[in-house]
Amino acid sequence: MSEHELRVSKIRDGTVIDHVEGGQALNVLAILGIDGSEGLGVSVGMNVPSDRLGRKDLVKVEGRELSQSEVDVLSLIAPEATINIVREFEVVEKNRVTRPDSVVGVLSCPNRNCITNAEEPVETRFEVIADGVRCDYCSTVLRSDIAEHIDV
Amino acid sequence: MRQDHLITATQLSRDDIEAVLDRAREVAADPGAYAGRHAGTMLALCFFEPSTRTRMSFDAAAQRLGIDTIDMGDVDSSSVSKGESLADTVRVIEGYADSIVLRHPSEGAATLAAEFVDVPVINAGDGAGQHPSQTLLDLHTIRENHGLDDLTVGIMGDLKYGRTVHSLATALTNFDARQHFISPESLRLPRSVRFDLHETGAQVREHDDLEAVLPELDVLYVTRIQKERFPDENEYHRVAGQYRIDADTLEAAPDDLTVMHPLPRVDEIAPDVDDTDHARYFEQAHNGIPVRMALLDTLLENAEAAEGLEVDR
Ligand SMILES: [Zn+2]
Repeated sequence: MSEHELRVSKIRDGTVIDHVEGGQALNVLAILGIDGSEGLGVSVGMNVPSDRLGRKDLVKVEGRELSQSEVDVLSLIAPEATINIVREFEVVEKNRVTRPDSVVGVLSCPNRNCITNAEEPVETRFEVIADGVRCDYCSTVLRSDIAEHIDV
Repeated sequence: MRQDHLITATQLSRDDIEAVLDRAREVAADPGAYAGRHAGTMLALCFFEPSTRTRMSFDAAAQRLGIDTIDMGDVDSSSVSKGESLADTVRVIEGYADSIVLRHPSEGAATLAAEFVDVPVINAGDGAGQHPSQTLLDLHTIRENHGLDDLTVGIMGDLKYGRTVHSLATALTNFDARQHFISPESLRLPRSVRFDLHETGAQVREHDDLEAVLPELDVLYVTRIQKERFPDENEYHRVAGQYRIDADTLEAAPDDLTVMHPLPRVDEIAPDVDDTDHARYFEQAHNGIPVRMALLDTLLENAEAAEGLEVDR
């Protein structure tokens, strides 16, 4: 399946996040804190046929090169994602996402009685564990339902 | 213990625990030797949830070390969320005191407090989270009665919300102890505590009733099942009734079984147990003084040492 067939335009400079699990593209944008108000050109492809994933999503952000630490947190919802840095229509760098040690300020704690859900001047902080994440404050373990707790 | 906070039992190694308990033994043997050791310092008691005994226990332990205490008084916990943030409160109190004892209805409160202040913070209970100073006095009681090796412990009651249970179960993984968890299905250990137990390789043996494991136990740790945990009162009475013990229940127990309870109890241990040799819960409560003296002494010593290092630089 070529880029042309995806009906998502090529970008000149920026980042293409490819091989995102189908249905997670908007969560990717939420985690990255991109909502359009920055004026960046953003195109989203959803449920595009993929050899590797069956159906995949992809996200293109024009005019911004995302750093590895910014994209690593995506590994929680899109572990197969590939990150392509594009300059002058050419992919100059291709990276996989790797699991970070911790995730700060991205997820809200599912424990309603957690101190991070009170009006306190702190960001949430989760330790990344083998099969999920764990709140540094109340120790609540979050496994399959991480995407539901994205809070940005 | 090199840290100067006590927030959760997971931070405690076997060496940390034994160091505090050794000191508690020394304190118990000769309290006079510790009198006035920290004279001129101040401890703030910050209880955002009602408590009498834990607060009094810390107050008494502090005074025996010569520490003055200031108490923020009773706080209606329902108003906590509307008022000042905890982060602000502890930063203000840090200016008045050299250490802080904190009880708060939200899990993670003590972790947060410790991030905002430089003085030692002791978690005296954070919601359904942890209560590590209770664990130290529990372990002291177990150690003085049985030692901490080759131990079989049954923990019964509300294992889901019981913070004393969470801290004790985690701390026991440092020792050669088999743990049995006895509770109704709906009040079993939470995922967070299971995670810590599995991390250490500890087995989680769960039981619906006490009968089968009672003959094996060295220690039976009983906790209260609260009415609020059940949607209707009949269900509460039906379930809670199965986790009460009396002198008859203990007929099947080994002669040297130690029965413990973090107190206050309501009716989960019948008064006729008090007259048996098994009852150790009052001794356990009394152990709060030497253990909390040893804990405060250790943390203040660590904090002073850390300060000394900063000055030297
Ligand atoms: Zn939490």
